[in-house]
Amino acid sequence: MPLSKDQLRRAYRQMKTIREFEERLHLEIATGDIAGFTHLYCGQEAVAVGVCEHLANDDFIVSTHRGHGHCIAKGCDVVGMMKEIYGRRDGLCKGKGGSMHIADVNVGMLGANGIVGAGAPLAVGAGVAARMDGAGKVSIAFSGDGACNQGTTFEAMNMAVVLKLPVIFVYENNHYSEHTGADYAVGSKDMTKRAAGFGMLARKADGCDFFAVYDLMTEVLQHCRSGAGPASVELDTERFFGHFEGDPQRYRGPGELERLRETRDCLKNFRATAKARKLIDLAELDAIDAQVMQLIESAVTQARAAPVPQAADVFEDVYVTY
Amino acid sequence: MAKMMLREAINKTIHDEMERDKNIVIMGEDIVGGMGTAGGPEAIGGIWGLTGGLYAKFGANRVIDTPISESCIVGAAAGAALAGKRAIAELMFADFVGVCLDQLYNQMAKFRYMFGGKTKCPVTVRITYGAGMNAAAQHSQAVYSMLTSIPGLKVVMPTTPADAKGLLTTAIRGDDPVMFFEHKTLYGISGEVPDGEYLLPFGNARMTREGNHASIVTCGQLVRAAEKAADALAKDGISCDVIDLRTTSPLDEECILDSVENTGHLIVADESPPRCSLASDIAGLVASKAFAALKAPIEMVTAPHTPVPFARELEKAYLPNAAGIEAAVRRSLAYRH
Repeated sequence: MPLSKDQLRRAYRQMKTIREFEERLHLEIATGDIAGFTHLYCGQEAVAVGVCEHLANDDFIVSTHRGHGHCIAKGCDVVGMMKEIYGRRDGLCKGKGGSMHIADVNVGMLGANGIVGAGAPLAVGAGVAARMDGAGKVSIAFSGDGACNQGTTFEAMNMAVVLKLPVIFVYENNHYSEHTGADYAVGSKDMTKRAAGFGMLARKADGCDFFAVYDLMTEVLQHCRSGAGPASVELDTERFFGHFEGDPQRYRGPGELERLRETRDCLKNFRATAKARKLIDLAELDAIDAQVMQLIESAVTQARAAPVPQAADVFEDVYVTY
Repeated sequence: MAKMMLREAINKTIHDEMERDKNIVIMGEDIVGGMGTAGGPEAIGGIWGLTGGLYAKFGANRVIDTPISESCIVGAAAGAALAGKRAIAELMFADFVGVCLDQLYNQMAKFRYMFGGKTKCPVTVRITYGAGMNAAAQHSQAVYSMLTSIPGLKVVMPTTPADAKGLLTTAIRGDDPVMFFEHKTLYGISGEVPDGEYLLPFGNARMTREGNHASIVTCGQLVRAAEKAADALAKDGISCDVIDLRTTSPLDEECILDSVENTGHLIVADESPPRCSLASDIAGLVASKAFAALKAPIEMVTAPHTPVPFARELEKAYLPNAAGIEAAVRRSLAYRH
């Protein structure tokens, strides 16, 4: 079924919000006002949004160290996220987690995760919970091409098949496991075939094309929600920044980033498709762009002005009771 | 009251709690057993006989027999808990903590904190531990000291069938991750277990012997060794407090410190190796908070800084025992400046 104009506007807004959130963070981090390690999602927006636009609040996702995009796509509050990354007391996690640990279980976002490959077992557990609840809920494990080589990921894929759980392993292949090429680190070269070897439905699509991701997920989610067991989806995508902010990216080829920005930009692709298929007036997208810029500006202003945590806050939130 | 073995108390408590709360799910290797075999489901019911009957009663959605994948078992329990369930995970041997440590240490222990107190992770990880069955270096360890050191985890060690029921019920109904250590040599011990609702609070040690001359602080299997030592010393007119910690996180500091204030002699008996151990932790606590009360150096009776050996004679030499605890008490009492 084709997307309605409302759905198109929403999907574009979500992608644009992630893009500008990350572009702005890139600049803010350079000022030195943001502490710690940050891994930007810029370039991969069509994956998070193409998947999460299918999900309800009570479907679950488990994210990665590169998690801002998944958070926004699943409905985390953008201002709360910006405050968290700034380490503010009223950030989404009270300044206790930071960029790598943003979570909001109320929207089914079970956490970004600093440990590569740790998320897939958690997603299996969320799949167990989803099945106990019935009603066709699903659990999504976002992983990169790096995480797909961790033993935990293999355990999780096997267990999901054995238990026939409603879990979808979404592999964002951005071609770099940190600073190492996926062609080197993925021994089989083809992670989709490898996933199929676990005995699950395994598909792939162009992760820079929102419409391709969305359409593939329609089919895969139908499979999982019907109780037919887990699935794997590999999405070919690109990251526009380094592994972390400050990464000199000496592994990139000459002109690579410029070429990716030119030819593999999911927002440009969205606009091109929208125009070619006459899906929506581009002026509407321009208006969304302006609104998003305002939102991000406001988020940064609020984050900068927000109160910092107090030393005594260190001791809070370790246990529910102790 | 009903007399039962510790293993039966655990099995019955899981049955009762799963009956009471439909939100509870249990998972582990061979907890059903026999899946995919000619024998069929329930051919085993857990190698220690702790999970029998659950599958037939509660079904495959709540009683999950897993492949041998410890990281995924513990991770899935944590994930299910984040997603609103109450999970029990079973590690067949405590040594397998080494396989799944990330999911314990980096994941479930830290979720609540990292997420700013906006979530909880109610998981009880049941862990069979300890030496005494000649299971050698990878199936005998007492790894509770390591897990006690991790903020965000609670660590529990029942030593009687009644405590097993009371502490396990508290663990399952609580909202924090609990490492529930079951000593493999204690599964067969019998005792009276209260009927009906029975919950024991964490951080409340149990004084199993009372005395005035020395304080023996211990946990797990060594509680019985400490009692044996205390009973032998009593014949010579030496009376000891024997403190079964029950939980090492939270720790009942007050009980330990009050006892040492009274006796002036501390003997800590700990089945784990001595470095960065429960023994050294409690020695440090008493040295810093009750230094003036001490009349002698603190005695630490621990396993040696070696792996657990296999042969009967070697394992016997490895394990702290009643004679070693008794000797430590006598050394402490004989100490002169």
